[in-house]
Amino acid sequence: MKTVSWRRLKALSLKESRQILRDPSSGIVAFVLPMLLLVIFGYGINLDTDMVRLGLCNQDGGPESVRFAAHLSGSSYFKVVGGDRPRLDAMLENGLIRGYVVLPQDFSALMNHSQTTAPIQLVTDGAEINTANFIANFMKYVWQDWRLSRARDLGETARQGADMDVRYWFNAAAISRHYLIPGSITIIMTVIGAMLTSLVVAREWERGTMEALLAAPVTRAELLLSKLIPYYVLGMGSMAVVAFCAVYIMGVPFRGSAAVLFLVTSVFLLSMLGIGLLISSVMRNQFDSAQTTLNVAFLPAVMLSGAFFVISSMPAPIRALTYLLPSRYLVSSLQTIFLAGDVWDVLLPDIAFLTGTSVLFLALTALKTTRRLDG
Amino acid sequence: MSAAVVLSRLCKTFSGMKSPALDGISATIRSGIITGIVGPDGAGKTTLMRLMAGLLRKGAGDVAVLGLDPVDRTDELRLRVGYMPQKFGLYEDLSVIENLRLHADLRGLLGQERQATFARLLSFTDLHRFTDRMAGKLSGGMKQKLGLACALLGKPDLLLLDEPSVGVDPISRRELWRMVRELADGGMAVVWSTAYLEEAETCDEVILLHEGALLFSGRPADLTGRLAGRCLHLHGVEGRRRKALNRMLRLPEVADGAIQGHSLRVILREGAIRPAPGDLGLPGAPQWKEVTPRFEDAFIDLLGGGPGGESVLAASMPARQKNGADLIVAENLTKMFGDFAATDQVTFSVHQGEIFGLLGPNGAGKSTTFKMMCGLLKPTSGRAEVMGIDLRKSPAQARQRLGYMAQKFSLYGKLSVRQNLEFFSGVYGLSGGRQRAAVEGMIESFHLRPFLQVKTDDLSLGYKQRIALACSAMHEPDILFLDEPTSGVDPLTRREFWNHINGVVEKGVTVMVTTHFMDEAEYCDRIGLIHQGRLIALAPPDDLKKSVASKEMPDPTMEDAFIELILREGQA
Repeated sequence: MKTVSWRRLKALSLKESRQILRDPSSGIVAFVLPMLLLVIFGYGINLDTDMVRLGLCNQDGGPESVRFAAHLSGSSYFKVVGGDRPRLDAMLENGLIRGYVVLPQDFSALMNHSQTTAPIQLVTDGAEINTANFIANFMKYVWQDWRLSRARDLGETARQGADMDVRYWFNAAAISRHYLIPGSITIIMTVIGAMLTSLVVAREWERGTMEALLAAPVTRAELLLSKLIPYYVLGMGSMAVVAFCAVYIMGVPFRGSAAVLFLVTSVFLLSMLGIGLLISSVMRNQFDSAQTTLNVAFLPAVMLSGAFFVISSMPAPIRALTYLLPSRYLVSSLQTIFLAGDVWDVLLPDIAFLTGTSVLFLALTALKTTRRLDG
Repeated sequence: MSAAVVLSRLCKTFSGMKSPALDGISATIRSGIITGIVGPDGAGKTTLMRLMAGLLRKGAGDVAVLGLDPVDRTDELRLRVGYMPQKFGLYEDLSVIENLRLHADLRGLLGQERQATFARLLSFTDLHRFTDRMAGKLSGGMKQKLGLACALLGKPDLLLLDEPSVGVDPISRRELWRMVRELADGGMAVVWSTAYLEEAETCDEVILLHEGALLFSGRPADLTGRLAGRCLHLHGVEGRRRKALNRMLRLPEVADGAIQGHSLRVILREGAIRPAPGDLGLPGAPQWKEVTPRFEDAFIDLLGGGPGGESVLAASMPARQKNGADLIVAENLTKMFGDFAATDQVTFSVHQGEIFGLLGPNGAGKSTTFKMMCGLLKPTSGRAEVMGIDLRKSPAQARQRLGYMAQKFSLYGKLSVRQNLEFFSGVYGLSGGRQRAAVEGMIESFHLRPFLQVKTDDLSLGYKQRIALACSAMHEPDILFLDEPTSGVDPLTRREFWNHINGVVEKGVTVMVTTHFMDEAEYCDRIGLIHQGRLIALAPPDDLKKSVASKEMPDPTMEDAFIELILREGQA
C-alpha cells in the first residue's frame, strides 16, 4: 500500500473538516474564544494605572503646600481627593482611594529653609501591591518634578545631580494592550493546537471510531496528516482573524511582515499539534487528555511564556524552565514582529527552537501512531 | 467449507494484568457459517476479535486469518476482512451516506461499482430512507445496520462483528441475524461475539470462552446434547416456589436450578438419578417434565454446577410482617424531556414481598420510570408513591426506607472495598455501632474479607456487583430498587445474585428490578413490559408467554413473547 494515497487522505481530511464544522464546540474554541480573549486582554485587563484616586491631607495650609497640592492635582496620573486623616483612613479602608499623601504642619516652613528637605508621607494600600508600587514610583517622580520646577521658578540651579528621563521604546505610550495581544495570540494557538486536537483524537478512541479506522486500509502517514491539515488550517485561520482585529480594530501596531508572522506561527502551531496528538494517542480518553494538555501546554503558556507575566522577574529556576517552553519563543517573536519589526537577531533563534520542537513532537507522535491498539 | 481462521494455542497477556486475557485457544472458524464467540464480560472475546483483525499483537501460539498472519500481512487483510468494533465505530456527526462514503474511499471502492454497492447495501439494510440522517440520531438497531454496511463495503471474505447486539432491541437483533445469515449462506465467514448465551444457540458453531480459557468449541447442539435427560421442569409446585427452589438446590443430585414462571427449572448432575416427585416434600402434586437444554445450562454444567441456593445476606435479615399491602404505586406516571415522553402514562403497583420486573430494550424508558419511583427524577405528571410517601413531595423521606443499586453499580472505583461500604452505610444514615455491625455483616455475607483494602476498580465485575448489592442493602431497607443489576455478569454470579434476591424476598422485602435479560424476567412474580415509554403489558411471566402462544409457536420463550407483544402493539 502506498504511504500516502491522495484519495484516502482527502476522504479523511474531509471527514475531519466536516466534524469541525458540525461540532459547535470547535467553532467556539476557534473563533468565539479568541474574540473573547481579545476583548478581555484588550480592554478588560489593563495593567496601566491611569487616574488613580489619591487622598491629600494638607496639615500645613501654607503657600508651598497649596502649590504642591495644585501640582499634584494637575498630574494626569492622579485624581486627588482632599480631607483630614480620619476621613482618608476610612476612604482607604473602603477602597475609595488607593493611598494618600500627608503634608506635615511645618511643610511650607521647611521648604523655604534651603538646607533641609521637607518630609512628606505616603500611605498606600499594600493589599494591592502593584498599584501601591505604582503610586510610590509616581509620587517620587511627581515630587522630584515639583522640586525641580520650583527651583527653576526661584532661579536656583537644581540641586538634583542627575535627572531621569524615561522612554518606553517600541511601545512609546506604554499601553499594555500592545504587548498583551501578541500574548493572547499565543494562548489561542495553544488552545487550538494542543487542546482541541487532543480532545478530538481522544474522542475517536472513546467512541471506538479509531478502532474502525485502524481496521480499515489506512496508513500511519494518512492518519497523522488527516489530523494535522484541518487543524493547521483552523489554527492559522483563527490566528489571522485575531491578528486582523488586533491591528485594524484595536490599533495594535504591526511593524514586522506578514510572511514572518505566518512562518513563526506555523512552526509554533505544528509543535502544539504535535503535543496535542501525542498526548491523546497516549491517554486515549478525553478527561485525561484535557487534564494533561491543560498542565503541559495551556497553563505554562499563560503563566510562564512571558505573555502576561514578565519572565525576568521570575525566580532563577523558573526562569530556566521557561526556556523549555515553545510558547516563550512565540511570545518573544510575536512581540518583536508586532512592536519592533523583523528583528532577525531575535526571530532566528526563536524560529530555530520552534522548528526543533515541532519536529520532535511530530516525530514522537508518528512513533506513537500505530496501526494497532497495542503499539 | 474452508477454514477462514485457524487458532492454535493462541495466548495473549496484557502488561500489568496478572492472568492472561487468552490462554491457549485452539479452534477453527469456517467459511459459509456463523461462528459465535461466546462468554461473559472479561472472558476474552474482544481480545480474540482484535487479534483476528490484526489490531493486537499475539502472544504465544498462532493465528492465521485467510491463511495469513494478521499483523505481518495487514495491508492485504485490511481489504479482505470486514470488522465492526463494539459500539459500531460510526462517526455520529456524519450522516449515513457520509459514513459510507468515508469507508468506501478508504477501501478504494469507486465509480460504478461504488454506486452499485451503496444501492445494494442501503436496500439490504433498509437504510435508504435515512441516508441524510446523522448517525448519532439513529436508533440502536439502525446504527448496528449502518456499522454492518460499513464493514461490508469491501466485500470481505471474513466478517468480524464484536458484540453487535449490545444496545439493540430484540426486533432489530432478529433482523440483523437474518441479514448475517444471508451473508454466511453466500459463503462468507461470519464471526459474531456475544455475552448473551441464548444467542449462542442460533450460531452454527461456537467458541465458548470463560476467563481467557476455551471451554468448548463446536456445534452448540453438541454441547447442550450432553445434558440430554438431565434438564427438567418441575410443574405443579404449589405455594412458595422460591422456597421450593431453595429446597431443590440443596439436593445432592441437583447441579443447578432456577425459577421459570410457575415451574422450576432443574439440571441434574451427570449420572444422578431423578428423585421421585413425591419424595421432594413439596406441597401440591409436582411432576417432572423433560425440557430442551439451553446453552446457559450447558455452560453452568461445564463450570461444575451452580452456586447452590443459600443466601447469607437473607439469613442475616430480619423477617418482616407480611401484610400484602401495595408498597409501590405508580399512577399515570409521565416524564417529558422536551416534547419527548420518556415515560408515558404508566400505571402499576407492587405488593409487599413481591419481585416486580420492568422489562424492555435499551431506551424504552425503563430507567426513567425507575428513577421516578425511587425519587431521583421528578415526574412531569402523575402519582408516584413508595410506602404511602408521595415522591413528588418528600423524596428524601422515602429514600431512607429504600435501597438503590444503580446501573453499572456506581461504586467509587478509587476507594477500597471497606471505604465504599463505610461511605454508603453512612449515606443511608447508619452510624456508630450499628454502622460497624452492618459493615461487618456485609463483609461476612459476601466473603469480602480478603479484598477489604483493594480498590473496587481492580475487582472483577462479579465482585463489584456483590459490593453494590451489599451497599444498597446495609440499612435493611423494606424495598430494594435494582437497576440492571446483572448486565455483563457471568451466569454463575447471576445465579448467586438471584439467590440473594429470592432470599430477601422470602423475608418480606419488596424488590423492583429492571433487566433486559429475558430469562431473568422469569424470576419475577409480575413483569411490566415497557416499549417506547409506555407500559404495553403487565402480568406474571407465564401468562405473558401463554398470551402469545399459537400453532406455529406452541411454547414461546420470554423473548418471543416480548417481540410478539411489541409487534401487536405496533398494529393496534
